[in-house]
Amino acid sequence: MVNLTNITKTYNKGAVKAVNDVSFSVEKGELFGLIGPDGAGKSSIFRILTTLLLPDSGTATVAGYDVVKDYRQIRSSVGYMPGRFSLYPDLSIEENLHFFATVFNTTVTENYHLIEDIYVQIAPFKKRRAGKLSGGMKQKLALCCALIHKPTVLFLDEPTTGVDPVSRKEFWEMLKRLKQQGITIVVSTPYMDEATLCDRIALIQQGSILSINPPQQIVAAYPSPLYAVKAKDMPRVIQVLTTHQPSFNSYLFGEYIHVDVPGMGDREAVYVLTEVLADAGLDGIEVKPVTPTIEDCFIKLLTT
Amino acid sequence: MSANEPVIKAEKLTKRFGDFVATNAISFEVYKGEIFGFLGANGAGKTTAMRMLCGLSIPSSGTAHIAGFDVYRQTEQIKRNIGYMSQKFSLYEDLTVLENIRFFGGIYGLSNQQLKSKSDALIERLGLGPEAKKLVGELPLGWKQKLAFSVSILHEPTVVFLDEPTGGVDPVTRRQFWALIYEAAGNGITVFVTTHYMDEAEYCNRISIMVDGRIAALGTPNELKTQLNEPSMDGVFYQLARSAKNKD
Repeated sequence: MVNLTNITKTYNKGAVKAVNDVSFSVEKGELFGLIGPDGAGKSSIFRILTTLLLPDSGTATVAGYDVVKDYRQIRSSVGYMPGRFSLYPDLSIEENLHFFATVFNTTVTENYHLIEDIYVQIAPFKKRRAGKLSGGMKQKLALCCALIHKPTVLFLDEPTTGVDPVSRKEFWEMLKRLKQQGITIVVSTPYMDEATLCDRIALIQQGSILSINPPQQIVAAYPSPLYAVKAKDMPRVIQVLTTHQPSFNSYLFGEYIHVDVPGMGDREAVYVLTEVLADAGLDGIEVKPVTPTIEDCFIKLLTT
Repeated sequence: MSANEPVIKAEKLTKRFGDFVATNAISFEVYKGEIFGFLGANGAGKTTAMRMLCGLSIPSSGTAHIAGFDVYRQTEQIKRNIGYMSQKFSLYEDLTVLENIRFFGGIYGLSNQQLKSKSDALIERLGLGPEAKKLVGELPLGWKQKLAFSVSILHEPTVVFLDEPTGGVDPVTRRQFWALIYEAAGNGITVFVTTHYMDEAEYCNRISIMVDGRIAALGTPNELKTQLNEPSMDGVFYQLARSAKNKD
């Protein structure tokens, strides 16, 4: 449904390489995630795929149409929710929705079933101007406007950035229901925990793709057993582990510190870590094996 | 202000906008060198509360003192004794690294001599030597945020307010950012921070969670998990925030 082959995009006359030889494809009905921090090149990829930006080199197609030659067909068939709020602030909720439906030669009634779930949540405020809405309501309205013409592919650029964990979870539940209706979704996010909700993800950093796979496979490919460690004085735990000879790759992870211990079984690794921390005089030591998360994998890819 | 007086002390602090009570009688204390996490869903009233604590908005009722200064009458003294950075506003993109440091340091009243020595030390400490004459707009976000934080504490404020400082930052840089926070707290600066990353809630000494304008829970991360019988901070947050009426 979406296909990129060796796409490169630079800014400032080549000085900034925003997208560096990126290739991937997204299957019909797939929920595909571009996961990476700000400045990784996610928005440039979205703009290229929605025909708003020309690539320097490479080719890309959306629903079989070429992003350069067939931009008209692409524009009329995809839905796009940019990272920055881009609806008309001085039109009401209702007016924005009707406007977008009309621009795409359809009506709100025709595709209401697609947006119903989401629209009922903001319908009580339908006379309110979009500029006066709260962040969460703006986001829901933007999603409705991107969906109202029944797009073949839905592009969502960081729809959950700056959104609290509860609202983020609700947003992803909406995406899951849209996917069940057969819409192909490409979504980007800087939140690693959202990656597990995608069918496949591309981890991206500084314009390059580090890995593309289903999240479970990315996690399974983590190269070493991983342990969660805790003691009373956490900054000191990090210090002890990194200055130990040989040093352990370790970093804060919520209430624990995650530590790689390659080449040992669980029992031996737990013993060794406990010993190292006890020798350093630390109290309240807890060591246990853990399954890596996408965030662990990303850190691994960034630091090796 | 004596040594064991709280650095931030709020009592029944309230802000109304017409009929809407954005911040509803919140009370809490934060102590010197503490890292205090201020959590809550969008629309829970965090920003309104923070604006009052920074001396930018006059409360409707209740009291609050920051570094001993009153939020009604001594807002100018408050502004001089705090640092502030957020994800949205940090530095001027079209000034260089050095210019930003001098500009903000100057605003906070540092002398030319202090500016010179402090900016050199800061650039060296962050390893930004080769970038000192580059525009801030050209730096990666993570660098910008680390620099913005360092600039916000250049004048050695009593408290620094950080509003979602790590939003969108990569996981490695996010951890480096927290190392800077720990360092500042170790030097006696009180850190008041908001975040949507629940793992970061664990890095705070104590946290409060706001729901519908009130503080629904306050304590160390472990105390909150025990109180609410949840294994993770994620669980604690969901349990409290899901009941919210003022949803954003």
